[in-house]
Amino acid sequence: MAEISDSGGGGQKGGKKRAKKQSTRIDMTPMVDLAFLLLTFFVLTATFNKPKSMELTFPAPPENIIDQPPIKNGITFLLTKDDRIFYYEGEFKDVDDPVKGPKTDLKELSFSQTGANSLKKYVLDKSKAMQDQILALKKRFEAKQMADTTYKRMVREAKADKASFTYLIKTDDKATYRNVIDVVDELNYNAVGKYVVVDLIKPEYDLLIAKVGP
Amino acid sequence: MSKKPSKGGAPALDMTPMVDLAFLLVTFFMLTASFRMAEPVVVDPPSSIGEVALPDNHIMVTIENNGRVYFGISNSTAKRNALEAMSKKYNVAFTEKQMVEFTGLPSFGVDLKDLPAYIDAKEEQRKNFKGINKNGQAGIPIDTITPNNQLKDWIAIGGAEAIKMYNEAKQEAAGSNKEFKAEKPRYAIKCDSKTKYIYVKNVIKTFTDLKIFQFNLITSLEGGGTVIEPKK
Repeated sequence: MAEISDSGGGGQKGGKKRAKKQSTRIDMTPMVDLAFLLLTFFVLTATFNKPKSMELTFPAPPENIIDQPPIKNGITFLLTKDDRIFYYEGEFKDVDDPVKGPKTDLKELSFSQTGANSLKKYVLDKSKAMQDQILALKKRFEAKQMADTTYKRMVREAKADKASFTYLIKTDDKATYRNVIDVVDELNYNAVGKYVVVDLIKPEYDLLIAKVGP
Repeated sequence: MSKKPSKGGAPALDMTPMVDLAFLLVTFFMLTASFRMAEPVVVDPPSSIGEVALPDNHIMVTIENNGRVYFGISNSTAKRNALEAMSKKYNVAFTEKQMVEFTGLPSFGVDLKDLPAYIDAKEEQRKNFKGINKNGQAGIPIDTITPNNQLKDWIAIGGAEAIKMYNEAKQEAAGSNKEFKAEKPRYAIKCDSKTKYIYVKNVIKTFTDLKIFQFNLITSLEGGGTVIEPKK
């Protein structure tokens, strides 16, 4: 115990050469109590990690909507109320077209982790080719067959490959923020490089209403 | 097992190392603690695998799940300058004391006309603040039709001020040959997960109108993938 011992308090007078054995102890309990109280307080109030965030870039509004070329290799996700999500592939087609194919029909996906029609599985299947490519690159990189910069460039190229899909995320007014973040997150998780959050167009909205009701 | 009888008095335990450690930790936490005032609104952001830490230098727009918008600037000098500029633009006078008080505030969600009264209110009263128009913390006006889009002005002015502060710090560092560490201000959006996307869209529209396209969306960490289970 930490203590301040006070030995030899007695004098040399009187011929008695007996040192006093008595020691002065300081009771540290209150101090220690206080120290631990403060410690607990600061530990509990301390915020260690800054909030995490997800970086997202939104597209600049186009100068002229009509001149926009249609996206060839697009997959459009349509988000709506009750955490429901639909998608269609390719261009939007109002009517059956002999050249472009039958008119657009929405297929439903779910946000669940498992299941045949989960968003996770869908994105994974669609980005399989690209992921295999990236994995192969990674293997070569880890085997020291290519330089760091080359590897990064190749991965970027694989992600931006013309043949890979461009994902469009569109929401109606009733979809929640969480749904949007979940879709973006799923795409990030699967290393998809090309996705964008954009506005619905009227025919898409009509189709969505027909599916889920107003 | 037999207990040895203690030889008189309580056994002495040397507490010195423990106390040393306790004080060391107390000192550490005291010095590292940075006290913040309570945010006027608590939102529960959605989870994602995003791992980018929010930069210290940021301009934050918080969106509550009923669509109310709150605004905050992390750099206190920029915040003060922004208030001065807003005060001139909207002809709302602020006293020096209010200005100083304002720089210490976290994000706020009141109409600029109500802001002086809001600043004067005591901290515990701010939650139930009503203001002149009885709007209370109804969020910063983002009305694009009337038009009364104060958020746009706050972002434009606040952003310009934050960038100015950044550039000044950079020049100063370059002038004195010091290492420059500050980071460029970023625009952060913190939004409750249950917010209807239309509200977020309005805020993002305000940003994109100002030619700001890059955001840090604040999310909480998760293991990966999505977590919503389908409704039965």
